[in-house]
Amino acid sequence: MRLPPQPGERLQRDRETTFFFHGKPITAFQGDSIGSALFAAGQRVFSRSFKYHRPRGLLCCRGQCPNCMMRVDGVPNVRVCVEPAREGARVEAQNVWGSLSTDLLGVTDKIGGPFTPVGFYYRTMIRPRRAWPLYEKFLRSVAGLGKVDKHGRRSTRFDVEHRRAEVLVIGAGRSGLAAAERYASEGKHVVVVESDPLRLEGVDDAIEAIQGTAVGVYEGNLVPVDAGSVLLRFRAERIVVAAGGVEQPLTFPGNDLVGVLLPEAVRRLAGRWSLKPGDRAVVVAADGRALEVVPLLESTGAEIAEVVDLRTQRVREIAAKGRRGRVTAVRLDGEEVACDLLVMSGGRQPASALLAHAGASVEYDPGRGIFVPTDLPEGIEAVGAAAGDVGPATVPAATYNGASGKGKCFVCICEDVTDKDLKRAIAEGFDSIELAKRYTTVTMGPCQGKLCHVPSIRLYARENETDEETIGTTTARPTWQPVSLGLLAGRPHEPAQRTSIHHRHKELGATMMWTGTWRRPHSYGDPPGEAKNVHDAVGVIDVSTLGKLLVTGPDAAAFLERLYPNRFGDMKVGRIRYGVLGSDAGRIMDDGTIARLAEEQYYVTTTSTGADAVLEWFEWWNAVWGLELEIANVTGALAAVNIAGPRARDLLARLTDVDVSNEGIAYLDARAAHAAGVPALVLRIGFVGELGYELHFPSPYGEYLWDTILERGRDLGIRPFGLEPQRILRLEKMHILVGQDTDSESNALEASMPWIVKFDKDDFVGKWSLEQVQERGFRERLVGFEMTNGVVPPEGGQIVIDGRPGGRVTSSRWSEELGKAIGLAWVPPELAADGARLAIKVNGSIEHAEVRLRPFFDPEGEHLRS
Amino acid sequence: MSFLLPCPHCGPRDVGEFSCAGEVTVRPQGSPSLRELTSYLYFRRNVAGPQREWWCHRLGCEQWFQAERDTRTNEVFGTWVAEPAGAAAPEAPPVPDTPAV
Repeated sequence: MRLPPQPGERLQRDRETTFFFHGKPITAFQGDSIGSALFAAGQRVFSRSFKYHRPRGLLCCRGQCPNCMMRVDGVPNVRVCVEPAREGARVEAQNVWGSLSTDLLGVTDKIGGPFTPVGFYYRTMIRPRRAWPLYEKFLRSVAGLGKVDKHGRRSTRFDVEHRRAEVLVIGAGRSGLAAAERYASEGKHVVVVESDPLRLEGVDDAIEAIQGTAVGVYEGNLVPVDAGSVLLRFRAERIVVAAGGVEQPLTFPGNDLVGVLLPEAVRRLAGRWSLKPGDRAVVVAADGRALEVVPLLESTGAEIAEVVDLRTQRVREIAAKGRRGRVTAVRLDGEEVACDLLVMSGGRQPASALLAHAGASVEYDPGRGIFVPTDLPEGIEAVGAAAGDVGPATVPAATYNGASGKGKCFVCICEDVTDKDLKRAIAEGFDSIELAKRYTTVTMGPCQGKLCHVPSIRLYARENETDEETIGTTTARPTWQPVSLGLLAGRPHEPAQRTSIHHRHKELGATMMWTGTWRRPHSYGDPPGEAKNVHDAVGVIDVSTLGKLLVTGPDAAAFLERLYPNRFGDMKVGRIRYGVLGSDAGRIMDDGTIARLAEEQYYVTTTSTGADAVLEWFEWWNAVWGLELEIANVTGALAAVNIAGPRARDLLARLTDVDVSNEGIAYLDARAAHAAGVPALVLRIGFVGELGYELHFPSPYGEYLWDTILERGRDLGIRPFGLEPQRILRLEKMHILVGQDTDSESNALEASMPWIVKFDKDDFVGKWSLEQVQERGFRERLVGFEMTNGVVPPEGGQIVIDGRPGGRVTSSRWSEELGKAIGLAWVPPELAADGARLAIKVNGSIEHAEVRLRPFFDPEGEHLRS
Repeated sequence: MSFLLPCPHCGPRDVGEFSCAGEVTVRPQGSPSLRELTSYLYFRRNVAGPQREWWCHRLGCEQWFQAERDTRTNEVFGTWVAEPAGAAAPEAPPVPDTPAV
């Protein structure tokens, strides 16, 4: 089938590759596409059509039409006409039941006509009603194109790259390259994007050439370029669209038969790959460009049976006849011409979709019969055929199906929409092209309207007895070429933050969990035991994930006074206070401790997940207030551990030079110290309910200090504890977790922290809303509860009052220390009384609990102050 | 949304680097009535057209600034560091406005 070596062919005949088509080895030359090699091997039917399963062969040969889509190495919908042949590739036909030559679903083409109009599945298949599930099951199995292997593994690693260009030229045709060279000569950084690698050969070195497809133009001159396994997000100062023109098919019966080709397919088959497209050809063309294939065909030895130049010859009827899906003859105004190749062209249309994405208007030029882009936005330029320079052509008729009207006449080959379907849509009242598009799905297939948009408008205009200008175009939306979903999804990036002690936790056998973007030890295998060890001896937990902000400046005190509901100005240097950060709506946003390190310096800790939001919040308010202070985020710079338990003092004495007595460092005192030689800030805080000290110190010393603490605490019975035991311990103290026990409606008053709200301050963020809460009365309260029979209710569980939902459980745990199931819950205010009975739904049945308003463990705080 | 926003400190950057805190509102003074308070907290003008809004260059300098942007076209007419309250405000922007949330 392959012609002897031709001048200008793009093959390296001395380099062969072999791929497999349904297991059969196919030999290709370097330069062949999978499609051209298959064609050379005699394959003519490349796919079966979407709805009627009609045989389809190569049509455009430039990656636009749906006809050559196959499955390559498990990837569906690969256009093999432009997919380079590669060694060992496994190629299979898709959308067939059986084989390409005998497709069982081809029966829909023979008998389906009257039963399968547009939207048939909702019309002919709706009765009898009860049979719909059967229909649906069948339809689902045959619908769509290509099958995704549900169990397949990722075959390609996709990536995203952010790129910039002063000038981005889309298309490396003659005018694209001319524009690129012009801008390059001005010293601009020019990038040219082109999907056809042959066109990028010999591009000037001053121009960056990228093989890929620009799939759209988005806001801010953003152009995503599909470059195979990388999505290049180009941001360009100037975009030159040189996407060329799209050869249009003619609309006539049998225009989808195998052997009906667009001129470009002939150019590529014969010119590039030295293949003979057919033996006896008929050419019907609306422009001179298409007629240029005639000498090319002659050079392959094909016989030219007939050439119809629509510019000079008036033809009313064209009808292609075929046998087994392949064209055998064409009837031109009643005169039948035998042929096995029919080259058709309705002229070229400017490829203006990218310009339309960018905001250009597209207007019909009735004289030339083309849609021309106008009103280009600033920074967007169109050159060559894309700008409307497509050369003289005659305006083809909407259809050429003449009087007989026999045979299917396709307007849209992707979705198998015929002229009859469109006429029927008009008869049903879909009088706007936008509605008709959605109803008939014309232009919505793989070609995205490249081959069917204008033909459908022409037919619409004729049937509505108006013109193309009146009908107008449908909105062009990205993407202009189909893009693999993997490319859009990119590589999965899951940012993970690890503390400087992370690897020690792993060595100790911790199970890690996510808290926000942080990885933290859930436990070291024994949550109750780890919690018990804090009560009985001493435990250590890595709290490096706490957000840490240094607020420094003459106005630091005033700043915190305005942000928090409680006071910080009257704090003595070296003291610590708990703070709940609220919004102006009174909602709890975050909480943490605030230590006054100096007259003009505060050390603010936030929750592990709230650091960024708190920093942003602080910066925002100070953008408004303009107070004199600096906010430094030292979250990553400092590591922190909490050592807690009755023996924590002994351990601290061994580690630091601090006077560890209650006089030296009392509860809620902060001291600068050295811990095992490391400069550290010691904060005496009691989140877990026992005597405890947080040590904050430079991150690089994380592992060193962790090791030292474990070593020096060994004879004290030290054990590390994870988040889960910490959750038990804090619940025993009724300490809330923002986000767990509070939600976007919770305020400090109803969360039972009225002592924190100082209404006598002039102003603070949230003051007015909290005043309103005070005035309107509480609607709910956050309270503790203990179960009467020890069942742990689910977090999020419902509290039932008179058979209706009346509250919700936010935290619940079994406390080994107390021998009780305890928790926190939002309840109506009338139930917020010590000993009030709660009914909680647990696994469908009701369990009972009693309300507790004071901490379950150490209500007087004696352990904390010990 | 893929437009460029000129950060007053860092220059034009992809909008994805920023967080937008919505239109600039005026925080009431003194003791607002419930009506004034709820209108400040929950009501927005939601204009279709040029709007002044707060932006934070979250993945850059982490600084807040104000921008005037057309909500229909995303055209940005200007960005500036807000003149804080109390300071003598020169010409634009006149009102030292306040976040709500």
